[in-house]
Amino acid sequence: MSAIPMGYALGLAAILFALGLVGVLVRRNIIFVLASIEVMLNAAGLAFLAAGARWGRADGQVMFVFILAVAAAEVSVGLAIALKCRRHLGTLDIDAISKLKD
Amino acid sequence: MMVAFWIAGGVAVAATGMVITRKNAMHALLYLVVSFLALAVVFYVLGAPLIAALEVIIYAGAIMVLFLFALMLLGLSTRHERQERAWMRPQGWVLPGLLTAVLLAELIYVMASGGPGAAPGAAPGPLEVKDVGMSLFGPYLLGVELASILLLAGLVAAHRLTREDPEDELQ
Amino acid sequence: MHAVLPFVPFFPMVAFAVLALAGGRMAPRIIAITGVAPTALSALLTLITTGAFLGAPPDGRVLSVSFWTWVHIGGFAPKIAFYLDPLSLVMMLVVTFVGSLILLYSVEFMKGQEGYRRFFAYMNLFIGSMLILVLSSDLLFLLVGWEGVGLSSYLLIGFWYGDPANGAAARKAFIVTRVGDTALLVGLLLIFTQLGSLDIQNTMGSAQAEWARGSGMATAAALLILSGAIGKSAQLPLQTWLPDAMAGPTPVSALIHAATMVTAGVYLVARTHVVFDLAPAAQMVTAIIGAATLLYAGLSALAQTDIKRVLAYSTISQIGYMFLALGVGAWSAAIFHLMAHAFFKALLFLAAGLVIKAMGEEHDIRRMGGLRKDLPIVFWTFLIGAASLAAFPLVTAGFFSKDLVVDLTLSSQRGNLFLWVVAVVGALVTSLYAFRVVFLVFFGDPQSTLPRSTSPQERRGRGFGKASVVPLLVLATLAVAGGWMQLPRQWGGPSAFTDFLQPVLPAPATRVGGFAESAAPQVIVAVISVAAIYLSYLLFARRPAVVAGVAEHPLFQRLSNLALSGWGFDRLYGAVFVTPFLWLTRGGRGDVIDAGVSTIAWLARLLQRLLRRSQSGRLRYYVAAASFGVIAFIAVGILR
Repeated sequence: MSAIPMGYALGLAAILFALGLVGVLVRRNIIFVLASIEVMLNAAGLAFLAAGARWGRADGQVMFVFILAVAAAEVSVGLAIALKCRRHLGTLDIDAISKLKD
Repeated sequence: MMVAFWIAGGVAVAATGMVITRKNAMHALLYLVVSFLALAVVFYVLGAPLIAALEVIIYAGAIMVLFLFALMLLGLSTRHERQERAWMRPQGWVLPGLLTAVLLAELIYVMASGGPGAAPGAAPGPLEVKDVGMSLFGPYLLGVELASILLLAGLVAAHRLTREDPEDELQ
Repeated sequence: MHAVLPFVPFFPMVAFAVLALAGGRMAPRIIAITGVAPTALSALLTLITTGAFLGAPPDGRVLSVSFWTWVHIGGFAPKIAFYLDPLSLVMMLVVTFVGSLILLYSVEFMKGQEGYRRFFAYMNLFIGSMLILVLSSDLLFLLVGWEGVGLSSYLLIGFWYGDPANGAAARKAFIVTRVGDTALLVGLLLIFTQLGSLDIQNTMGSAQAEWARGSGMATAAALLILSGAIGKSAQLPLQTWLPDAMAGPTPVSALIHAATMVTAGVYLVARTHVVFDLAPAAQMVTAIIGAATLLYAGLSALAQTDIKRVLAYSTISQIGYMFLALGVGAWSAAIFHLMAHAFFKALLFLAAGLVIKAMGEEHDIRRMGGLRKDLPIVFWTFLIGAASLAAFPLVTAGFFSKDLVVDLTLSSQRGNLFLWVVAVVGALVTSLYAFRVVFLVFFGDPQSTLPRSTSPQERRGRGFGKASVVPLLVLATLAVAGGWMQLPRQWGGPSAFTDFLQPVLPAPATRVGGFAESAAPQVIVAVISVAAIYLSYLLFARRPAVVAGVAEHPLFQRLSNLALSGWGFDRLYGAVFVTPFLWLTRGGRGDVIDAGVSTIAWLARLLQRLLRRSQSGRLRYYVAAASFGVIAFIAVGILR
């Protein structure tokens, strides 16, 4: 049923991944960084899915489910950290959270 | 099918671009929902209706709701918008943009040169949801268990981190 | 008898283990019983064994008990085994009897001292090690006892470790003897590689079969063994540790000088006498070392002012006599003198300990005097000991043993007139310094202003009870009667001692006729000994003014100072060995290896300083670095 060439889907995944990476690199607000990470995870899932579809295997979709689980866990912990950060440091600036250095 | 793919892909890219450039967090999240929905369409077109459904339910649904709750708890205001503007100076975009562009070029180049091109003549039959289920609880059973443990860990960590500690206030 | 023998060294070792592991909560009474009883029991067992030995025919006087093979590597299989023959038996008798008397004395002498339990533990280890040394049938096992003796002497000399000087004396004893020990170890390796075994009896047999008389191998082995013996027995040139070993408690000195430690060297040479027999050159060296040491130490003793140091130098001098005897092949004479010396030297030290205690820890004999009336028992026993040391004719054990040594120095075929003259001069010096102490300490007027305890209560408080006096009386008896079993050959009396040792230690071949066989040498020695006592009386008791007048003379003063410091050996060794070594270590502190190691450390610090910049704590930089790495990796994949 899939008539989409795999290269196109992979290209889309690459573009989305790059956008997410730019977001992580540029934004300083933790919320935006987390959102960008979501985008990147999604892009990775898309790549898996495209490859799975290309070979007619279910493994790609299984991998997407796993990525989903990872993303859910990551977001829950990440947002909790963001809340804690705000309470303690009064900011969401990711550059300000550097107490662990040295 | 191709048309749907192009449109959905375009929307996803555009919406993601908006996500990373917005100053208002709420707007960015709404754009992110749009991006996810567009991706769901792409998944559907790629022949994975189950994943499309999961994308809508869990990403666009549950995870985004989690984000929204977090935003509400943080109580962002216009003050933060101004701060975002201060943080996002144009020159801050140059280096990350360049870096990412190089990465993207490399990825595209690798995919264009090496990988197999279009689908082979005898395309394999469509994948049923049942196939995914069989695979998930067959050879990947261990992975499922690990994922469940990961989620439990996330749950416990989130609970612990957001608990109100009297001693925290002293710091 | 086989069953009894292993218990002799076993008892003191068990006592050591019990005392060492008992923890701090033992009553002094229990400690004393645990410390003394096992060794006394060993002495009893030794006595039983002696009885059995005397009852057996001469060639049946051998006992060997084998426990197990220590290791088994190729042809090398040293055994943990005991071998008892008349030589070992004599040593065992001396060690257990004198040892238990000294322990009994210590019960009162050390009472109330800190470390009472520790003291008895170390003393038992000392005696047990010495017993292993004299009983072992294998040179490697002998080395175990040898090192055990070295260790316990270190522990006991530094017993009062609170004073750094005592620790230094202990280290000195350990390190100086170690020089000899190293040579001994080399000697053992030489014997093993050449003869393929370390079992004493086998080795001696095969040495006789394989080495020609005077061969280089035999000489080398004998000289290396001799070096070990010199270290332990404090002979020239490794004698410097013994005078400093006075840092330990007085019973320790008595034990080191009489029963254990310094006699080990004499025993070792006698034990391996076959090798020395094969190496006349090494034997000559032994004799010369003995002669030089006895004269050197006698002259040093004459100048000492510390009562214990006088006795220490006298020990070195008397051991010199033993080495002289060994050097002329008079093996049994050396052992005889060793035994007599053990009796009178232990007696002298124990009596000196009581004197020092009565004087309130005063060691200087110039500040003593007139103690004859205050301490009658101590005076009489000390007098007997000194007479024995000075070889007072016809009565004392020291006379018979020294007479045998001096006689054989002349009459043995290995001996000569020169050695005899040295021995006779040594006898004169011995009488002089021995009675110098007697006259200065016990006669004359009380010199000291220090408090002297004279009342019986105070004496008891300072260790003058039965336990102190009984050993003195027993040792005094032995110092006199111990020699009666062996009368000079000119008298035609019994020669039980040398007969007893004959199967192990054959008598030397003697010259026939001439001066050596006449009675003249013996008479000369006896007369000199008595004359020297009288001279001593004149000099130190009758006319001290003469001595004081001579002492004023600058030349004599310098000489006296030289003798007091042991003829500058300490300073010489300090200049020749210690200073260059210290210089080397100081130079070695910043050596090349250190520099290399510090360079690594310095590089690591430099790298750390550089790399910590990268640890900015900023998440975005980390992400950027990671993506840069990914880009680089993919680029490598593309360009390859």
